[in-house]
Amino acid sequence: MNKKITLALAGLVGLAVSGIAGAVDTRARFMAANCSYCHGSDGKSHGAIPSLAGLEPGYFVQQMKGFRDGSRPATVMKKHASGYTDAEYEAMAKYFASIK
Amino acid sequence: MALNRRDFLKTSFGAAGLAATAGLAGCATAKTGSAGPKVVVVGAGFGGATFARYLKMWAPTAHVTLIEPNAQFTSCPFSNTVLAGINKMDDITLPYDNLKQVVDKFVPDTVTAIDTTKQTVTTAGGHTFAYDKLVLAGGIELLFDKVQGYDAEAQKTVMHAWKAGPQTATLRKQLEAMPDGGTFVMSVPMAPYRCPPGPYERACMVASYFKRAKPRSKIIILDGNPDIASKKPLFVAAWTKHFGYGTGNSMIEYRGNNQPRAVDARKMTVTTEFEDVKGDVINVVPPNRAAPVCGLAGVRDGSNGNWCTIDYRTFESKVVKNVHILGDSALTNFPKSGSVANNTGKMCAYALSEQFAGRQADPSPVVTNTCYSGTGMGTAFHVATVFRWDEATQSMVPPKDANGISSAESEIEWAYMESWAKNVWADTLGLPQSYNFTAKG
Repeated sequence: MNKKITLALAGLVGLAVSGIAGAVDTRARFMAANCSYCHGSDGKSHGAIPSLAGLEPGYFVQQMKGFRDGSRPATVMKKHASGYTDAEYEAMAKYFASIK
Repeated sequence: MALNRRDFLKTSFGAAGLAATAGLAGCATAKTGSAGPKVVVVGAGFGGATFARYLKMWAPTAHVTLIEPNAQFTSCPFSNTVLAGINKMDDITLPYDNLKQVVDKFVPDTVTAIDTTKQTVTTAGGHTFAYDKLVLAGGIELLFDKVQGYDAEAQKTVMHAWKAGPQTATLRKQLEAMPDGGTFVMSVPMAPYRCPPGPYERACMVASYFKRAKPRSKIIILDGNPDIASKKPLFVAAWTKHFGYGTGNSMIEYRGNNQPRAVDARKMTVTTEFEDVKGDVINVVPPNRAAPVCGLAGVRDGSNGNWCTIDYRTFESKVVKNVHILGDSALTNFPKSGSVANNTGKMCAYALSEQFAGRQADPSPVVTNTCYSGTGMGTAFHVATVFRWDEATQSMVPPKDANGISSAESEIEWAYMESWAKNVWADTLGLPQSYNFTAKG
């Protein structure tokens, strides 16, 4: 019986944690995770591809716009930048900036 | 599945019951306390491993059981560099240790039965796992019976090397043993198949080895497709620049519409509709379909019963509830690449974590592919695409300018390809920032 109560509480803690997670922009977190196969988990890269973690948000957004309009030369990034909206650039920028 | 509080608690008790009774010998079990929805994942490749890891980050109370028969992860992407002699098998083989620490239960076993009514999965070891959500990430099945003579005996000498591992190592040994002036015959299956540019990259990589070590040798590509199926201008340019393609002295000969119909491992011939082709080393990749576990679950509903249709927003099967299909087994607009498997793993983890938290899955998801191919000559090139949900077609398609290939091969993209490999391996397996990769680009 005690075990059941403990586990029921664990379930409630689960709900509470989910509630807190609701405050996180989970869509931005997912879109940022889209980048990680190249830029590393949480934007921390191994090797030649630049890291994104901790970048200043204004810089991130400016670079994405530059890739999209061609003012910054790119290999893969023109295609990627063309797939997101300005609001999504902002959301991803905020997410990467929050990673220490 | 939008869980209300009552369902959630009910589910929690169900998971507790399982955790209490399923203390399995031989399982590397890191956590058993997660009392949330029971999620069983089959396959720890790019799709399944990524999904399991991200679900534990985004829905920590989910109880995740990951079933995988292989003791270590061997990467298909980059395995062509082993054929080139650039890397060794050890360089593309990575540990499951970090992943084992993240999931609730890691089961080194093979799935033998799936009951989608009772919602249970049974393994060869005789263990049964109940699930609220089942995620199938088993990769591909190779249809040897579609190539006459490609039986168990022939498979001892004719490699496919389309699942990286011992096959890759054996094919490399065969190439090393081949005399200078020999012929390497390789095949490309009819689309859809795993890794669309992979066969053409393989031709580059093997040619680069021949150019260095046995320059009088030849490669014949027998393609089941009418033409080069991926990155055609870039492969043609690379073959032309490095291997004499288009001249009388080309190292590579390409034959479209040449599906292998039969192999003879003793005579070392591959038979197409048109001819018998003799080789010193032959490498036949039979037609692909969704993994055997998809057959067990009855979810191979698409493309003449070969692949699995899914709802793009959740990756749930269109024919069986609570069964989700990731990576190569799914029938989608996405190429069957490591990057797509990795990202669709995250997409499914995102959708389920939203559902478990009582929210709707994202109604307009976005997912990406980036796929590099190496020439073996210190250069590489890419295809990159962003796919977004499109309400009009109820599908995921690239917006304007969000799809394309490199303008030309380049050295920087070879460096990016190496960096990509390390980052996707780390992202899939949860390898630490300090992990000492040995693969070379």
